[in-house]
Amino acid sequence: MSKFNLLVNGQSHEVDVAPDTPLLWVLRDHLGLVGTKFGCGIGQCGACTIHLDGNPARGCLTPVAAAGASKITTIEGLSPDGTHPLQRAWCELDVAQCGYCQAGQIMSAAALLAQNPRPTDGDIDDAMAGNLCRCATYYRIRAGIHRASDLASSAAEVRK
Amino acid sequence: MNAPALTQMDRRGFLKLATVAGGGFVLGSFVRADTPAGLPTESVEKAGDLFAPNVFLRIASNGAVTIVSARPEVGQGIKTSLPMVVAEELGVDWKDVTVVSGPLDPSFGPQFAGGSVSTPMSYGEMRKMGATARTMLLEAAAQTWSVPASECVAQLGAVRHTPTGRILKYGDLVGKASTLAIPDPGSVVLKDPNSFSLLGTRVGGVDNLKVVTGQALFGIDQKRPSMVYAVYVKSPVWGARALSANVDHVKTLPGVRDAFIVDRTVPAGQITGLVPGVAIIADSTWSAFSARTELKVTWEAGAFPSSSWEGFAGQAREIAAAGADAPKVKETRRDGDIDQAFAAAAKVIEANYSYPFISHANLEPQNCLVEVVGDRADIWAPTQNPSGAQKIAAEVLGVPADHVHVTITRIGGGFGRRLDSDPVAECAALAQKTGLPVKLLWNRTDDLQHDHYRPGGFHFLKGAVDAQGKLSAWRSHHVSFGSNMGADDYPARFVPNYLLLNSSLENGVPQGPWRAPGSNTYAWVTGCFLDELAHAASKDPVEFNLALLGDKDLVSDPGTTGRAYNASRMRNVVRLVAEKAGWGRPMPKGSGMGLGYYFSHQGYIAEVAEVTVSPKGDLRVDRVVAVVDVGSQIVNLSGAENQVQGSIIDGLNAAWRQELDIREGHVVQANFDEYTMLRIPDAPRKIEIHFAKTNYPPTGLGEPALPPLAPAVFNAIFAATGKRVRQLPLSRTDLSWS
Repeated sequence: MSKFNLLVNGQSHEVDVAPDTPLLWVLRDHLGLVGTKFGCGIGQCGACTIHLDGNPARGCLTPVAAAGASKITTIEGLSPDGTHPLQRAWCELDVAQCGYCQAGQIMSAAALLAQNPRPTDGDIDDAMAGNLCRCATYYRIRAGIHRASDLASSAAEVRK
Repeated sequence: MNAPALTQMDRRGFLKLATVAGGGFVLGSFVRADTPAGLPTESVEKAGDLFAPNVFLRIASNGAVTIVSARPEVGQGIKTSLPMVVAEELGVDWKDVTVVSGPLDPSFGPQFAGGSVSTPMSYGEMRKMGATARTMLLEAAAQTWSVPASECVAQLGAVRHTPTGRILKYGDLVGKASTLAIPDPGSVVLKDPNSFSLLGTRVGGVDNLKVVTGQALFGIDQKRPSMVYAVYVKSPVWGARALSANVDHVKTLPGVRDAFIVDRTVPAGQITGLVPGVAIIADSTWSAFSARTELKVTWEAGAFPSSSWEGFAGQAREIAAAGADAPKVKETRRDGDIDQAFAAAAKVIEANYSYPFISHANLEPQNCLVEVVGDRADIWAPTQNPSGAQKIAAEVLGVPADHVHVTITRIGGGFGRRLDSDPVAECAALAQKTGLPVKLLWNRTDDLQHDHYRPGGFHFLKGAVDAQGKLSAWRSHHVSFGSNMGADDYPARFVPNYLLLNSSLENGVPQGPWRAPGSNTYAWVTGCFLDELAHAASKDPVEFNLALLGDKDLVSDPGTTGRAYNASRMRNVVRLVAEKAGWGRPMPKGSGMGLGYYFSHQGYIAEVAEVTVSPKGDLRVDRVVAVVDVGSQIVNLSGAENQVQGSIIDGLNAAWRQELDIREGHVVQANFDEYTMLRIPDAPRKIEIHFAKTNYPPTGLGEPALPPLAPAVFNAIFAATGKRVRQLPLSRTDLSWS
């Protein structure tokens, strides 16, 4: 066991765990942040997608020892109150079915939009191909990303 | 818990008040006159605070409306749609409604989620629940004003006296309504569906905000104080016992509390409940997973140690070649004179279709949380079948079923897998042995290698068309693994000379319902072979299939299921889908359209797929048009469209990508790198859905839109390339052309 200081959603936490413990399980079992999901454990499904310093990462493949001083963001910290454009678009278009993969989908999509505010369908394919949705809500996920892009750009217009 | 579920305290008050309000009445089976066993009998809430005329509904004096969702939410949207039905009849604003999840309790009636039956079973009952309450609120207002109830109307949470315009809000009527006798639910007047203002509109899922903020709690997210974490390792060869294991070493590993062999099978002799294995109990998931990598087990051989897919395929060919009179061949249906029809035919074709076992691959791996205290057990489970979970846990624990309390959590994908409760049985056994609350979590390999699979199958087909280009004979030999085509499965009853032979192979492979069981493969086999026959007859596939569907409205002559086939509903959706898709429009080489249609789960659905195949063989599904007849009323338009969109992509996923290999008695694939599934780049770019409303009771949409997709796509591939693919998954076939 070793002690680690983690910065998660803007708050620092100290955990005492084995250094090879994946961040996924530190978040879920030790910090009680269960929005990040377990699906495969080998980085194939994307259900555990989080951000490390804004970049998408698979929580199941990131040992806690590798997190270092990175800023860790989970679905619980994406916005204070569920008003990130993707969260609004997801509710507006009623994207989810079972909902299990959607935290990972949204985290991957949030990283995409941060880099590329106006993604094409091809950009979405490239950025989202690592996230499985077993209910196959891909049609609405695609629409949801475009809608969030619209919401974000109209908000940007208003700010100007 | 997911959503503001009812606590025992809440629910006691709720049920108690239901009783107080009605003075010992019984409303259908939904109101009970007792209180839950072991709970104090004094009322915890003053009568008048709440109006609760049945267990599904309560209105508070501040106007807040609470509606209970009693069936498991697996992503089919039932937690939103059935409460909408109550709210519509009650006449309240949807934004004033809070939906809570009910625990397993007999007062809610049937609580499973499967077979797309929740809507047909509960739609009428939920209307009565809402209408009963509305009737009583109208009466309460009428009595308050001393006017006839017939002069009052209910709307948006209030009663209005039409002649005077006076208004009383529902919340203000709670006290009075609670004193009224509850009318016979059969006698209450339901709304005219033409006046519906909520049903048929697009309503977002009640837990959407929770889902997108990580607050929706699934089975895997449940916690109890002092909870420990378990893994349960079973033999890759199904059903084999652990002869020995290095549990003494495993117990010394960091974070491990205990490790032990379980050598029971419950129910005895079956492989779908508790089966033997080795448990590791640890203080965190990762400790349990890490310790597992050092576990070494010696397994016995198992009952079917040499089963293989290759072997099954060989046996199937031998059985089919041996002819109709061979042993192991059962004649399931015979109509007309099949031999004479083949002899007289203008054209006869033969084809063999086959498909593999596939997994449900629920994204939330199987899991359960059980706490046993004395002879009481509490279970938190992502189960489609809470009463089945209760029953098997009681059997494992040796306690009466009513000592087992089941909380139904949100579920990360069902698809039929969670109708079986093997993870619950395992977790109950571990919790009893451990004496602490235990959370059991399967890893992905457990999930893929111990699923209850969609069976593979082999179909040996021969068909004939006559000189007029009509289908005149159909001979089918289905070789499967225990479940076979039924005597009235399509196109039985529509072909004058028809023979269905069935055989089953000895196997030992655990099997279970997979979204649209049977139909999910039979639709592909029959839909593609019908397309082959249409081309053999030089007929347009839409015309050929419409001719096959004939001119009768209802084709009964039932076989095994006794269910009539409404040919007029099917002809209607086939004609409409051809029209909406622009059927027959010329397309360049490499592009094509295909038709699929199938009746399942009480739904009549036709789909046309439009595909492009590059000369190199890359497939793109450009567009799918679906025409869906599930009766007179779409409950939640957004949810219904979501189910159809998802079924279409899921159907494509299964047909294109999914395949399990079986060797030496076990499944080979261990994770999603080997068990590949469709991802967003391969999802169709356009999906168009049309609901063809007909004057039949509303039925479910969790399953029936899936079966027509595969034949539509495969027939489109033939139209595009001239290639007939008769083996699933599609990814095995080279589609290149020049």
